[in-house]
Amino acid sequence: MNLPLATVSKVLKFSCVDGPGNRLVLFLQGCNFACPTCHNPHTMKLCNDCGDCVPECPTGALTIVQGKVVHDASICDQCDKCLDVCPINANPKVTQYSVDDVLVLLYQNKPFLNGITISGGEATTQLKFIIALFTAIKTDEKLKDLTCFIDSNGYLPEPAWKTILPVTDGVMLDIKAFNNTLHRLLTTRSNERVLATAKLLFDSGKLHELRYLLIPGRTDSDEEIEDLANFVRALDTDTPLRLNTFQHHGVKGEALNWPTMKEPDVERIAEELRSAGLTNVVVPAVYI
Amino acid sequence: MSELLKRFKGITEDPALSFTQKARYLSLEAENSLPYPELDEETAKALEERVICDMYEGHAPFKPRYVMPDYSVVLEKGSTFLELEPATTLDEAINSLMIAYHHVPSVTNMPVFIGRLDNLLLPYCDEVSDEDLYKKLKLFWRYLDRVLPDAFMHANVGPTDNRVARTIMRIDAELKQIAPNLTFVWDPDISSDAIFSQACESIIECSKPHIANNPLHQPLFDDYGYGVASCYNVLPLCGGASTLTRINLREVARRSKDTADFFENVLPKYIDLNFRLTETRIDHLFNKSGFFESFLVKEGWISRDRFTAMYGIFAMAQCVDELQAKEGRAGKYGHDETANQLGHRISKVLYEAVETRPMEHCWRGKAMLHSQAGLSDDDGCTPGVRIPYGSEPDPVTHVQALAEHHAFYPSGVSEILTLDETIENNPVALEQLVKGAFQLGFREFSANVSNNDLVRITGYMVRLSDIAKFKECGGSRINTTVLGAEAAETGKILERTPRVMSHELAPRYSQ
Repeated sequence: MNLPLATVSKVLKFSCVDGPGNRLVLFLQGCNFACPTCHNPHTMKLCNDCGDCVPECPTGALTIVQGKVVHDASICDQCDKCLDVCPINANPKVTQYSVDDVLVLLYQNKPFLNGITISGGEATTQLKFIIALFTAIKTDEKLKDLTCFIDSNGYLPEPAWKTILPVTDGVMLDIKAFNNTLHRLLTTRSNERVLATAKLLFDSGKLHELRYLLIPGRTDSDEEIEDLANFVRALDTDTPLRLNTFQHHGVKGEALNWPTMKEPDVERIAEELRSAGLTNVVVPAVYI
Repeated sequence: MSELLKRFKGITEDPALSFTQKARYLSLEAENSLPYPELDEETAKALEERVICDMYEGHAPFKPRYVMPDYSVVLEKGSTFLELEPATTLDEAINSLMIAYHHVPSVTNMPVFIGRLDNLLLPYCDEVSDEDLYKKLKLFWRYLDRVLPDAFMHANVGPTDNRVARTIMRIDAELKQIAPNLTFVWDPDISSDAIFSQACESIIECSKPHIANNPLHQPLFDDYGYGVASCYNVLPLCGGASTLTRINLREVARRSKDTADFFENVLPKYIDLNFRLTETRIDHLFNKSGFFESFLVKEGWISRDRFTAMYGIFAMAQCVDELQAKEGRAGKYGHDETANQLGHRISKVLYEAVETRPMEHCWRGKAMLHSQAGLSDDDGCTPGVRIPYGSEPDPVTHVQALAEHHAFYPSGVSEILTLDETIENNPVALEQLVKGAFQLGFREFSANVSNNDLVRITGYMVRLSDIAKFKECGGSRINTTVLGAEAAETGKILERTPRVMSHELAPRYSQ
């Protein structure tokens, strides 16, 4: 049997914004959406070894070996020039992790952790790895009290969710928009599967948090906010709903011309949602 | 007019000082116009070059640096000297403490330790309603900040879960005062989860309390116990520390040819010289100053044989980086495994030296090693064993890099973790970080949450808004990254305007 490997863009040992408590976070490379508002656009695609980044690297950490772009982390100074010049929103600095590699990371950091979160990119594009990893954690005596979470855009179809949910403790789900035309504009994909995922996760008790990105003039319209309120009410008025705000940090391309979301507007919308009966609306702790 | 008189005159006319600050600086100048206790030539040279340092404690030590009274004595027995009856009610107990604090010296002439307050006050709380307890303690807290304005003044609560500890942490988070500093003593076998959570939530609110790891501290002390004073000095209760001297490890590394020379020759030499400096200062305090004739000793608030000497070090980061460079290695302290292990080795050598050197007039016959927080003019040196400001890795990596040091510093490690304000929505993450740190051997845990007005600089608290106000007056741009700012810069600011200052960091008039 071929054990699955994950293509990992980044690992964090300390995160207090990716689920309950402190979490080790794996950011997997590759996404099935292409949102112009993405604040990690370099996680969207897998490297195609075009080599455009190699001459740009000031420390010589990038080379081409047998037609493949190779990254030497020991001399990389994390200037991220390679990400800036990548024509396809990929990342030459990814690392391959086996399940055992991640288990070792978890052992090393166990005293500090409440759990692990797989994020991205879109985590579920590497579903087999997540199933293998979560299954291994759940059956490991030293690790089984860690909670296993996924941060997802919800595009994974229902039958596939059913293969991962038995070993998953919770999912943070992004809903980008309710109007489907708007959703297509913002993600390149339709939202039917996303909304179905929200219901499925809620019904199986695994919906930890819904997240909604407020983009001025796009997702903050009265209609969108009303649809959001109705959607959450149909699940449970106490469903945790986190309002995220569109910012320019990390964004590339056309969305840099879009206005950013400001605190007073976020507070106003949060109040509207609360007036509509939602009891668990969370606003950002920090505005950049 | 002589130079000395000119300095006196300058202090009296300095418009930036309050009159109490003037009085303090005048007294320091007077003490320092006396000849220094006699040092041998080598020690005097090392002190002159500031490879070793006396923290500018003054030329004629006539009081211990840190006094850790057992305040239960004055509460239970009263005081003949102060004409106080034993306390019988909470009002009387608080009143007696307020009086007592004015008679407890320290290096700053203000008390650095105001007691394990829940232990002291709980016996008087049976008949007091929760509402009254809150009101009385809130007034007490306001009094402390306004009358004893020293950021190093330190209260302790815990490890038990009790009304006084809970109410004090609640008030402290509400008032967000600089003084007093606060330690919550945590013990997983004694403290409830609820009070531990309250302490963590309070850190998110106001960067206080500091949390002490009781299972690591308690075994080093006797049944009488310990207190945490100033910025994380863990000292025997009913005693304290006579003095705090320290070695500038960067300067030791600079005087070494390579790592071998550092360990074999240069470090042992300066370890010895710092001992000689310490002994000279202790000798003056015990044999010449007459301090131990004080009523504090006669009435049993403190005991002459319960004073240790704090043996401090700082600039570990610069020391390790200097030695790494001499060995042709690029890895930096805090980020590289080889560099970190070199640091741990230095700590171990220091610990063994301090544990095996017999010291006269010291509790248990020896000094206690301390990772020292710094002064306001440390010239680019990082406090204690800390990772330099602004280059700290994530909090977990940070703790993992430093944890091994903690076993070597029985009188405390001054350490601060800076946390992103996103922690506000997730206090459980902070709880887990503290638990992880303690499981790895951290003796104590302090954190700054980056949007709090109230933050720690080298261990004491300041209000960022005070600094911002000062900077506005001075015409400079407000630096929002002041969390990582050098204590030197901040220290100078503090010397000039705020009502509550950190007297330990400003041991001399510096104009």
